[in-house]
Amino acid sequence: MVAMLFCSISLMSQSKKHMSLYFENRVRQKVKGAGTSGSAQYRLAIDSSYINSVGQSFTVTNFKYYISNIKLTDSGGRVFENKNSYYLIDENDSASHHIQLDDIPEGDYSKISFTIGVDSLHNCSGAQSGALDPIHGMFWTWNTGYIFLKLEGKAPASKQPGHIFEYHIGGYKAPSNCIREVSFDIAGIHSYVSDDDLLVGASPGTCQIRLSADISSILSAHYTVDFSKLSSVTDFHNAATIADNYKDMFHLVGVFYGSK
Amino acid sequence: MDRNKIICCLLIFGSVLLFSNFTEDNPYFRITAKDVEFVVPKGFPKPRYDFKNNPLKPEIFVLGRRLFYDPILSKDSTTSCASCHQRIAAFGHMDHALSHGIYGMIGRRNVPALQNVVWGESFMWDGGVNNIEVQPLNPLTNPIEMNEKLPDVLKKLKRSPYYRMAFREAYGDSIINSERMLKSLAQFLGMMVSANSRYDKFMRHEDTLTQQEFNGLVVFREKCAKCHREPLFTDESYKSSGLMPDTSLNDLGRFVITGRPNDKYTFKVPSLRNIARTYPYMHDGRFRTLEQVMDHYAKGDFYMTNTSPELLATKGMSEIEKKQIIAFLKTLTDDDFLHDRRFADPTFQ
Repeated sequence: MVAMLFCSISLMSQSKKHMSLYFENRVRQKVKGAGTSGSAQYRLAIDSSYINSVGQSFTVTNFKYYISNIKLTDSGGRVFENKNSYYLIDENDSASHHIQLDDIPEGDYSKISFTIGVDSLHNCSGAQSGALDPIHGMFWTWNTGYIFLKLEGKAPASKQPGHIFEYHIGGYKAPSNCIREVSFDIAGIHSYVSDDDLLVGASPGTCQIRLSADISSILSAHYTVDFSKLSSVTDFHNAATIADNYKDMFHLVGVFYGSK
Repeated sequence: MDRNKIICCLLIFGSVLLFSNFTEDNPYFRITAKDVEFVVPKGFPKPRYDFKNNPLKPEIFVLGRRLFYDPILSKDSTTSCASCHQRIAAFGHMDHALSHGIYGMIGRRNVPALQNVVWGESFMWDGGVNNIEVQPLNPLTNPIEMNEKLPDVLKKLKRSPYYRMAFREAYGDSIINSERMLKSLAQFLGMMVSANSRYDKFMRHEDTLTQQEFNGLVVFREKCAKCHREPLFTDESYKSSGLMPDTSLNDLGRFVITGRPNDKYTFKVPSLRNIARTYPYMHDGRFRTLEQVMDHYAKGDFYMTNTSPELLATKGMSEIEKKQIIAFLKTLTDDDFLHDRRFADPTFQ
């Protein structure tokens, strides 16, 4: 009990200067038989069938996005920046859902923020490796730049060949700049779980921030996607509209601490 | 089994050939540290590409050269970068209006010359590419050019004993990835500097121009140099030269990249260096000769409403002026560059 109290004062003191982020991709669906307004988020499953907000069914075959420029701000306004680090979260690669941050100075962090996408400098930096290697299929060759988010699947309502839909969203220049910043207040939000309950990849005793990315938000947070009208976005046309949607796709699931 | 043995022998024999190539016994192909010193020519601005992030090294240049000339980069291993970027044509495609791809496919644009690329702000006729390092990904992956996939190219390179050795020589270990491949190509391309034409020597007071050529330079400066700005002979802007669009190509040019209506049918102002070697002309290669290009500009019958206003200067050029300009343009042929042994095909060794 004493240990728990101590943790809450200095959020990172238990973390041994490590911290992990876990991204879980989800889909919000109406809950059957729960009245008219009930809905819940479900863990995304590739090739499973879902219904969008205008009643069209769809499946997801491919979903990946870049996370970068992760920042932690403490209550005194000091900022820890995870500079020049880029992460590609790929639904089809479970290891990619987990980001380990090391060498974080101890502090009472109250806010986490990050970028969806890749900053303009690294869209102009030529050949790069790691997450930014063009081999991941997240790079436009003919109009240089990274695809920040790729969502592909099938929907019977789509008029594309094979009823596919494809949203390849990127672009770092106005007027279709698709870089989006998101932040979450984490002050006072914490749960304690046994180390065994920390998700795969997190080391015992660390702090883990869990976030969900809701595909339903990409399809309807502000602009409602109708698969029969907008089934393909692969350049600057409509890209910023979808980016405004994906800006709001993340939700804070919780901040978890190992029990040690 | 016999067949396997034969294949085995062939492989060993092949490797010996490859490795003997790599030793660079022939001094014509040997690249020394001096060969990869990048010097900004007198009168040239500071290059936009900075080799600081891709330090020049003979072994990396040699690897880039080999990649440039190796058809293994294309899907069916028939077509190399050099298939369309010929050294005799300042690395353009002489006498080919539109680019050629594998399976005899024809592209939509005229192959641009490769020279002085480190001063380029953007690449391609539409300027869609912002860094020379990622430029090769375009012809490599374009379905009507080399039509290959990046992971498959890397797989082929990793299978090759030559490349495993060449990457180790270049980078200290045998890791073969896209960054190394592209940076090697960037070193080879970046060293391609044309700055020793008769025009350059004239500017440095090392050579003279004929009266006709000199008069051409004067007319050129008056009518053309605003866009074809010296010493690179391009201002890196996108212009419409008033050409009627070819409906069979339907190439919207810069508009495809920016989406700005006024960019429709505009294309990058090309450098005019080695222009006598890079025929045919314009983004779609529609003019076979410089005379035809001059006639177009002199006639001034410009089709597009967004035709570059600078072209008002060329309208009504006289026959004499046209001839003078052409005489001047021919002084931009840089024989030292065209015959620079560093850029020769090493696979001929």
